[in-house]
Amino acid sequence: MSHDNISDDKLPEAHAASEGHGLPAVADDPFADPGLPAHEPRRTDIDERAAKRAERQVSLMFVTSMLATVGFIASYVAIKPDKLVYIFPLGHVSALNFALGMTLAVALFCIGAGAVHWARTLMSDVEMPAERHPIEADDEVRADVIQQFKTGAAESGFGRRKMIRNTMIGSMAMVPLAGVVLLRDLGPLPEKKLDHTGWIEATPAAPIRLVNMNTDEPMKAEDIAVGSLTFAKPGPSASRPNGLQDSDEDFQQAIAKDALMLIRIQPEDLKDEKSKNLGFEGVLAYSKICTHVGCPISLYEQQTHHALCPCHQSTFDLSDGARVIFGPAGHPLPQLKITTDTEGYLVATQDFTVPVGPSFWERSA
Amino acid sequence: MSSSPSTTPPAAPASTRAKPANKGEAAADYLDGRLGIYSLAKANLRKIFPDHWSFMLGEICLYTFVIIILTGVYLTLFFKPSMGEVVYNGSYAPLDGIRMSEAYASTLNISFEVRGGLLIRQIHHWAAIVFVAAMFVHMMRVFFTGAFRKPREINWVFGFLLLCLGFFDGFMGYSLPDDLLSGTGIRFMEGAVLAVPLVGTYIQMFLFGGEFPGTDIIPRFFTIHVLLIPGVMLGLLVAHLILVFYHKHTQWGGPGKTEKNVVGMPLMPVYMAKAGGFFFLVFGIIAMMSAVASVNPVWAYGPYRPDQVSTDAQPDWYMGFAEGLIRVMPGWEVRAWGHTLNLGVFIPLMLFPLVLVLIAAYPFIEGWIIGDKREHHILDRPRNVPVRTGLGAAWITLYVVLLIGGGNDLIATHFHLSLNDITYFVRVGSFVLPIAVFYITKRWCLGLQRRDKEKVLHGRETGVIKRLPHGEFIEVHAQLPQGALHTLTSHEQPQPLELPSEVDENGVARKVGLLTKTRAKLSEGYFGEGGQIPKPTVEEHQEITSGHGHH
Ligand code: HEM
Ligand code: FES
Repeated sequence: MSHDNISDDKLPEAHAASEGHGLPAVADDPFADPGLPAHEPRRTDIDERAAKRAERQVSLMFVTSMLATVGFIASYVAIKPDKLVYIFPLGHVSALNFALGMTLAVALFCIGAGAVHWARTLMSDVEMPAERHPIEADDEVRADVIQQFKTGAAESGFGRRKMIRNTMIGSMAMVPLAGVVLLRDLGPLPEKKLDHTGWIEATPAAPIRLVNMNTDEPMKAEDIAVGSLTFAKPGPSASRPNGLQDSDEDFQQAIAKDALMLIRIQPEDLKDEKSKNLGFEGVLAYSKICTHVGCPISLYEQQTHHALCPCHQSTFDLSDGARVIFGPAGHPLPQLKITTDTEGYLVATQDFTVPVGPSFWERSA
Repeated sequence: MSSSPSTTPPAAPASTRAKPANKGEAAADYLDGRLGIYSLAKANLRKIFPDHWSFMLGEICLYTFVIIILTGVYLTLFFKPSMGEVVYNGSYAPLDGIRMSEAYASTLNISFEVRGGLLIRQIHHWAAIVFVAAMFVHMMRVFFTGAFRKPREINWVFGFLLLCLGFFDGFMGYSLPDDLLSGTGIRFMEGAVLAVPLVGTYIQMFLFGGEFPGTDIIPRFFTIHVLLIPGVMLGLLVAHLILVFYHKHTQWGGPGKTEKNVVGMPLMPVYMAKAGGFFFLVFGIIAMMSAVASVNPVWAYGPYRPDQVSTDAQPDWYMGFAEGLIRVMPGWEVRAWGHTLNLGVFIPLMLFPLVLVLIAAYPFIEGWIIGDKREHHILDRPRNVPVRTGLGAAWITLYVVLLIGGGNDLIATHFHLSLNDITYFVRVGSFVLPIAVFYITKRWCLGLQRRDKEKVLHGRETGVIKRLPHGEFIEVHAQLPQGALHTLTSHEQPQPLELPSEVDENGVARKVGLLTKTRAKLSEGYFGEGGQIPKPTVEEHQEITSGHGHH
């Protein structure tokens, strides 16, 4: 390592001069395996005082672990679950969680640290070789096994009695069908379920009001301010006299398809004639469920009329029939045809004309 | 026990064993008489394990798995896997009076009422995150060192299955609390299932027991999450470890290490202490993470409602690349004959397993190209197989690029970039960057090989600068010790496959199949001139060290 023991003959430029100084290792094969290096004793191997010190250190860690376990039990008993403490830099955290976690961490870590320290300082660290044997059997064993198998196979007559063989294979192939059939009742068939929403009950004769999601009140066109985003759900109908309520048993299922978002755009800003006609005086009712994989859309930018899905950022231009202008969604948000009833409240008189939410194989629109 | 009954025929074979010296030996004798433990222990008690930090990665997987099982069992004592509705009136005031599923309410209960419940929840979740990460890194270490070569290919497959199952079990666990984030994840899955051509809607209905979300999905996921997948994983894991024992661990090359031995320290006591201790270290560290860092604070998100969403919906990191795939994919939808093919979702859904299968199949592909049928127990230094190392780096790059895609909104807001730019970057990057990284890595490996060669032939740089008589400054080089020379030169350098000559010995044109040609090409890529630097030979070394050098 030091300067002195690097002699000149190891300098690249000086090789020519060093003839005859051949290095010992070069004798015949300089790359030959010199064998396992000799074991270098550690301090604790040769110094009994160092070994004793290591022993005390290991025990100290084990004792610390014991104390920490006692601390864990004490925290469990003493600290109320709702107590918060301020701990820098974590801020306000649950005192119980912090105390239990830290004491448990110390109790476990110290056992580990003690064991590892013990192994590294006091247990033998002499490296030794063990032989490996090839995994594959030798030819004799192989031949023997194959012979045994052949004998067994011949005794079974499996190859010879074709009828038994074929019927057995047939029966084994069929019996799992019982298991497959049993899975049938996991759920109903899809039929046309995905094609319709709760709005299907709306007809011109029995329209369903659009009800504000937050206030549970029906809305008039003038309640929808330009630039705002209002969420709505179906109001009273024949099957739900109180409208869709979160106490309804199938609320989650219903809202997953029926949820609407209402916006108002100046009619002259509407680029899509069809979409304009589905709305009422610039109030448009779009499905809130993203057509990509079904997240609810929640962000609306009033200047551009863009609605953004927070899940994968599909962006829809609500002034242009909810055309997809960015992101992975494959088709526009479905729009619900709305009008007003005799009292001037916004109503739907028919279902969406296309299925809401993510697309699927049977979707024909 | 040891005295045999005298002559009453037919005599059962009697134990001729000497009297046990103490109670412990007596107990062991008892068990041996019934289980044959001595023969088992003979082969294993002092079994030699080689030591290297990277061999601890598999241990981390094992220990986090144990931690997950322990804490998971505890959670099942309090968690109610039900989507039945309740009105919450527990101690978390902000949600008082809110309707929610029993699953969510019981998760709140575990977090706020059960003392230590929050800690166990957090340990469970942190351990799951570390578990998958550790599996990933463990797989990479096995990959880059070539530890998957014969005879370990099947164990590689077991490991790979564990990784996939780990992904899924993590995803299902994330879905159980029925909070706003987990419900969003389930919705995502529903959309993905619906995109499957022909059978998508059927699978969806059967999985959810009706339309989304229904009331079956969480109880069903619960059974899969706590019973089915962990059961299969446990079986695979035991098989994995048995094979590690049976094959004996690989080792790095070096003095005294050969393909026919394994050099290290015995299981008892050193590895028992180290590995056992390491379990407690891992557990302790995860407990500490759970004490200081909150993970998945479900109370902050609120109960799931299909019409509500939290803006920073993000899966756990390991699902991030699937998220990236789904985010950057263009929204292609094919509509014809009254049907819709949702390629925008279906293609990512297919790419997800494909990206994984690519790496899973690699050992078999490499084995085929090289055509090497021998066992390998000495690990490759990654630099010595530049093509493999490059491919591994390319795969990681693809993964990371897609992970970036999965966090595109976070990255956009964090670094003030446009979402569009990131998306286009990821779209192009997932093709271009892996290729670029492949070439860079390969060249880098070749550079390292050259440096090794340099070191072998000219010695190691000592950092000592010397001025020669004619004024030039040079760095003093020290000849490497023989052990190091051996380590740097003992690896094999396979030669590329030779194509059989165009005509056979009778002069008749021979047909060389396309497959054979491809194989020869690939083999040339691996081991041809561009694939490796010929390692120094003894002659070269002698020539230089004996002074007939090349200057
Ligand atoms: C539950 C997850 C897993 C556990 C508990 C686990 C555990 C282990 C352990 C303890 C070892 C020996 C120590 C070591 O080499 O790190 C090992 C070796 C090995 N693992 Fe895993 N592993 C898991 C996942 C995987 C994965 C994802 C792969 C690759 C796809 C894999 C492939 C291998 C191979 C080929 C070996 C033999 C390595 C050698 O002998 O050098 N394992 N595993
Ligand atoms: S669910 Fe809306 S973009 Fe994916």
